[in-house]
Amino acid sequence: MKTMEMTCIRCPMGCRLTVAQDGDSFTVTGNTCRRGEEYGIQEMRCPMRTVTSSVRVEGGRRPVCSVKTAENVKKADIPAVLEAIRALKATAPITIGDVLCPNVAGTGVDLVATAND
Amino acid sequence: MKEIIDIAVIGGGPAGLAAALEARKNAPDKSVLIIERDKELGGILQQCIHNGFGLHFFGEELTGPEYAGRFIAQLEGTGIEVMTDTMVLELSNDRRILAVSAKHGLVEIEAGAVILAMGCRERTRGALNIPGTRPAGVYTAGCAQRLVNMEGFMPGRRVVILGSGDIGLIMARRMTWEGAKVEVVAEIMPYSSGLNRNIVQCLVDNGIPLKFNHTVTNILGRERVEGVTIAEVDPATRQPIPGTEITYECDTLLLSVGLIPENELTQAAGIELDRVTSGAVVDENRQTSIPGVFACGNVLHVHDLVDNVSAEAMLAGRAAATYVSGQAQAAEYRSVSGRNGVRYTVPQRVSKSAEGKQDIYFRVGSAYRPATLLVKCGDETILTRKKQIMTPGEMEKISIDAAKITGDITLEIEEAKAQ
Repeated sequence: MKTMEMTCIRCPMGCRLTVAQDGDSFTVTGNTCRRGEEYGIQEMRCPMRTVTSSVRVEGGRRPVCSVKTAENVKKADIPAVLEAIRALKATAPITIGDVLCPNVAGTGVDLVATAND
Repeated sequence: MKEIIDIAVIGGGPAGLAAALEARKNAPDKSVLIIERDKELGGILQQCIHNGFGLHFFGEELTGPEYAGRFIAQLEGTGIEVMTDTMVLELSNDRRILAVSAKHGLVEIEAGAVILAMGCRERTRGALNIPGTRPAGVYTAGCAQRLVNMEGFMPGRRVVILGSGDIGLIMARRMTWEGAKVEVVAEIMPYSSGLNRNIVQCLVDNGIPLKFNHTVTNILGRERVEGVTIAEVDPATRQPIPGTEITYECDTLLLSVGLIPENELTQAAGIELDRVTSGAVVDENRQTSIPGVFACGNVLHVHDLVDNVSAEAMLAGRAAATYVSGQAQAAEYRSVSGRNGVRYTVPQRVSKSAEGKQDIYFRVGSAYRPATLLVKCGDETILTRKKQIMTPGEMEKISIDAAKITGDITLEIEEAKAQ
């Protein structure tokens, strides 16, 4: 049996969770809602994160435009996503929600603009 | 240029946007003007490109520019006027505003109601008296955030961060993700004033150490920062303990050491300020000591969630609409205050005519787990609420039925008795 202590970040409550793994079964304690239980199991099984960063823009008001992964990606994939973002160059005009890089770094998730430029 | 406006909103960040929209909605025949000093609306949200905004207000996680974008898009077709690149210089106690812009020159605005939504600014090195040289490379975290996220410019490559406020934590991750090495985050207190999720996702995820009870005791380097010395402090006196110094080689020091509501206009207008919040003293409608002048958002008290700013700004916007429609009545007040661990409350007073649930926001002075919050009216306890945890970094809220407020209200903490 493996246990892990963590702070739930699904909401500002920040519950202290203890997640115990016994084969395929997970027990979460310390949570105050179902989302906490889901978070604990997810963090144990395969932690996911939204990546937010910025890409270089040509012809815009600003030199950079902020971006995010449209959905969470695997925490382990973050370095590859960041590398892809660094290599990217976008062209203005850009509108919030525009896909600037589909399937970024092979994650199956699109990189979208979060600002207008 | 002279203008007569029904409702003038000073500041076009999240507070000003929500206040203006709500004012317009509740008084559709009244003119509403937003005055913003930056080139565009959205305020600090435009540089907060991380996500986590809007979970309460929109029920989804947005980035800062997206959250601002939702409000800015709502302005269209409302007839709300916007003046950007315009700096308010003075507010008088009869609601006259003096502003200046390159486009309009000096502008005088006579307002029926004024909503203060100027936000806050960061404490700088000067406020801390850090010893050492005066090299380049010492930035406030928010300044670095603007440079990286809006100007596309990296302020440094090897970083020490003083203070574990949210912007410092966010910048620890941001700089790391942009290829910098963040050596350490030093926090003088035994706890962080930042949100848990930022400690987890920004520091723990990236293996950045957070040292509580530590502060910066020296900055090295002549032209550019070459190193920063941190030392452990005695938790009782917060004085550095000799012999605990560690020097980190680095080129950048980021400061995330607190935010100060930007109330120079408020103070000059003669509006009563709260010494703890550094913001105006307000009632449940966020009306200040000058009738017809309202305050909301970080200029009133520093919030940790923009969702709360929007909700608070809507109260102010609605009340300003009522005020200019001539329906507001002169109020008599009951005071609301904190003691025994409750540092402050907002509002600081509730009018006797208030009805329904009254939300009182407050912050505690140190970490409590667990503890009970007592709401007293005179000597009588009218409400108790058990809390598993209360920390200075997270604003708390309690709703009190106005019918139970028959006298002055105090909020206090009763710590759990040791077994």
